[in-house]
Amino acid sequence: MAAETIDDFLRRHESSELLRFTTAGSVDDGKSTLIGRLLYDTKGVYEDQLASIKSSRINRSTGSIDFSLLTDGLKAEREQGITIDVAYRYFATAKRKFIIADTPGHEQYTRNMATGASTATLAIVLIDARKGVLPQSRRHAYISSLLGIPNLVVAVNKMDLVDFSQEVFEQIRRDFTAFAAQLDLPDPVFIPISALDGDNVVSNSPRTSWYNGPNLLHHLETAPISVVHNYEDFRLAVQYVIRPDLDFRGYAGQIASGAIRPGAPVMVLPSGRTSKVKSIATFDGNLDVAFPPMSITLTLEDELDISRGDMLVDPAGMPHVSRRVEAALVWMNQEPLELNRPYLLKHTTQQIGVTVTAIEARIDVNTLAQDQPERLQLNEIGIVSLETTKPLFYDPYTSNRATGSLILIDPTTNATLAAGMLRHRRTLPATQAIAPLLNFEAGRLTPAERYARAGHLPATVWLTARAELVWSLERKLFERGCLVQAIADDVESHRLPEVARILNSAGLIAICSSGSNDAADLGRAEELVGSGKLFAYNPSDLSPKDDDACNRIIRDLEKRGILTPADFASGEGI
Amino acid sequence: MSYSLPHLRVLEAESIQIIREVAAEFAKPVMLYSIGKDSSVMVRLAQKAFFPGKIPFPMLHVDTTFKFGEMIEFRDSFMRSIGADLIVGTNRKAIEEGANPFVLGTAKCCALLKTRGLLDALEAGGYDAAFGGARRDEEKSRAKERVYSFRDRFGQWDPKNQRPELWNIYNARVDKGESIRVFPLSNWTELDVWHYIYLENIPVVPLYFAKPRAMVVRGGSLIPVEHNMPLLPHEKPEMIMSRMRSLGCTYCTGAIRSDADSLPKIIAELIGFRRSERENRVIDHDQEGSMELKKREGYF
Repeated sequence: MAAETIDDFLRRHESSELLRFTTAGSVDDGKSTLIGRLLYDTKGVYEDQLASIKSSRINRSTGSIDFSLLTDGLKAEREQGITIDVAYRYFATAKRKFIIADTPGHEQYTRNMATGASTATLAIVLIDARKGVLPQSRRHAYISSLLGIPNLVVAVNKMDLVDFSQEVFEQIRRDFTAFAAQLDLPDPVFIPISALDGDNVVSNSPRTSWYNGPNLLHHLETAPISVVHNYEDFRLAVQYVIRPDLDFRGYAGQIASGAIRPGAPVMVLPSGRTSKVKSIATFDGNLDVAFPPMSITLTLEDELDISRGDMLVDPAGMPHVSRRVEAALVWMNQEPLELNRPYLLKHTTQQIGVTVTAIEARIDVNTLAQDQPERLQLNEIGIVSLETTKPLFYDPYTSNRATGSLILIDPTTNATLAAGMLRHRRTLPATQAIAPLLNFEAGRLTPAERYARAGHLPATVWLTARAELVWSLERKLFERGCLVQAIADDVESHRLPEVARILNSAGLIAICSSGSNDAADLGRAEELVGSGKLFAYNPSDLSPKDDDACNRIIRDLEKRGILTPADFASGEGI
Repeated sequence: MSYSLPHLRVLEAESIQIIREVAAEFAKPVMLYSIGKDSSVMVRLAQKAFFPGKIPFPMLHVDTTFKFGEMIEFRDSFMRSIGADLIVGTNRKAIEEGANPFVLGTAKCCALLKTRGLLDALEAGGYDAAFGGARRDEEKSRAKERVYSFRDRFGQWDPKNQRPELWNIYNARVDKGESIRVFPLSNWTELDVWHYIYLENIPVVPLYFAKPRAMVVRGGSLIPVEHNMPLLPHEKPEMIMSRMRSLGCTYCTGAIRSDADSLPKIIAELIGFRRSERENRVIDHDQEGSMELKKREGYF
């Protein structure tokens, strides 16, 4: 401290960044020792804590200080000699403040590892140099990738016990890289260390002269942090409405993604109404710009009916809106997942009813093999289909952690049952095609809500002189899960446009069979329904085979964004 | 343009998110106000969370009646100045029966006046959520505490049966009689708290600043001579330049020798310092793993 005054320190500390990282390792990989060493070497340990572990009756290490005792908090753990829950540790260097989520490595505690990983920007996977890449190492890497951690470090520990052999280190690097290639993982940084002796932990070790990379602390101080946020698509889930008097109505929340400025257009979901940002109000004055993860309060130019659970979004880059979604779930409860049982789902600031309608796959975290069981047990990971009682406004987890994450809660026991990462499926990102719909003034129920319920946009298919095709097409669309109504023999031709318009405004796909070839009817249909929603065919446009004709029409509906393409479901891998 | 938020502003934003979430989801939240520096920060964060509105829940102070006079004075003027709604809870029955730390010993006294006093006040108010200013860096058993810490109908904590807590999505579901203790400062360190007080110019109790104070030296600790504390035969109060590193009841709060009489000096002392702040709390050392035992029983 001699060279630096307290004022210098305060200025530097004021601007230092925050990095959260998680450590995972198997029981004897030396994880607690590594953390103890990091805390000790960065002076994150207090003298009296050190004195208390020095005098502890337990010393499982070979050195004079058992660093692992610094991090094993609870009595039960001290007795068993294993960490049984996520513990958070803090230390700081001149460059950054660090929060470690120290998570247990053995099998039955996958849920704790996922918990620690959920807020982390970096993961350290510890590998014992003598044992090499074990199933547990793979599990840790897989969970890091599932929870979307953007930086991965593989710390090859206990190098002192393999004579700091480069060969051993390289072999582990090759084995791990081969496995990592199957996952959606960032390129890992491999570091040979000895947590016990301190090699390459906070300074470069002379005992690994063959290694040119950074030491662990240096890497922690320089790894990119902002990658964890999405600064593109503005999303703010309303947490609380602040109304101190009649003149002020503010929507308080934490920015999930995107930057926002006064004057920027925003759309409110689910109502679809739009306005502009009037001010970004905070205790410290109005702001010119706000971005994640800031907690702010927005006021809008227009008086709109907005409450907790609503989401303010950028109208030019909207989230998905759907009641039927697909998610990767980590099941965290003794009671297994049951299909079609009512659960509660918490996502952003919404808490709504949900059922799991299908388990599409269960993934073995050790081998990545998939199967399709009836249930999901504690610590198992599955891809499931969910159906909610109200629409979710979300983004895939891979592009937005804050709007792509959810938890499931048991409504009877109140236990947190599962953590979920939403995936692409069955819904279109709300595109240009939907935007005008969302602005539609239509009483309490909005077209956006109807869209969310139906899973597709409304449209009118107009077929001339081809009555039999109507029924095939209606059945095909129905089987895809569409809301659809064919009108043929019971409505006079000249009334078809009006009926179609009513069906469309209810969110349905209308199929009209016009007996006559009256261009005036078609013209009126275009006027009433809107040309963007009208799909008209002459017999000569279509194959004489019903099946082929239906497929052609469905393809057209997909192309124009009315229906989600059926193969959209394959989405991206996890 | 690059978007980067320094760590104190990240912590601030996260704490505000937690405070708003609780205010929105619980029927009757309350903020435990202990008068200490952490409470001061927590109250400031609550002001920020609801600005320009008022804090929409009351403050509760559990008064053991063995606090420093300066604390009570500070409490009343600070609460008035921010227009907060203050409730004071005291285990009157125990006080009337003569409970005090000198006779009962610290463990029993704490159980009666603090833990029981707190649980009774929470029950009397029917609060389903109570904010506390505890931080995970304070003590080893706190390192595993959740932000939303579930308490059963007896106010007790079970470290083996905690709800998993992911991202910033908190499970606020409780049945009647159960409650959640909420710790919005979980991820703050002692240094963060002092630095934030400095940056934000937040008022704190003058006891934190060094000046000559009447003390006795007992077992290496400096104990303030207040509340008619009985002295041992050889003990004599001396005026010692000292300050409190954390605040509690006078008898259980050891002072430290210090000449830090300003915030920068306190911070300078802290970063040179290698002793943890609870070390001068007599109560944490009365049994091995004692904080964990207290928490299981319902203590904060």
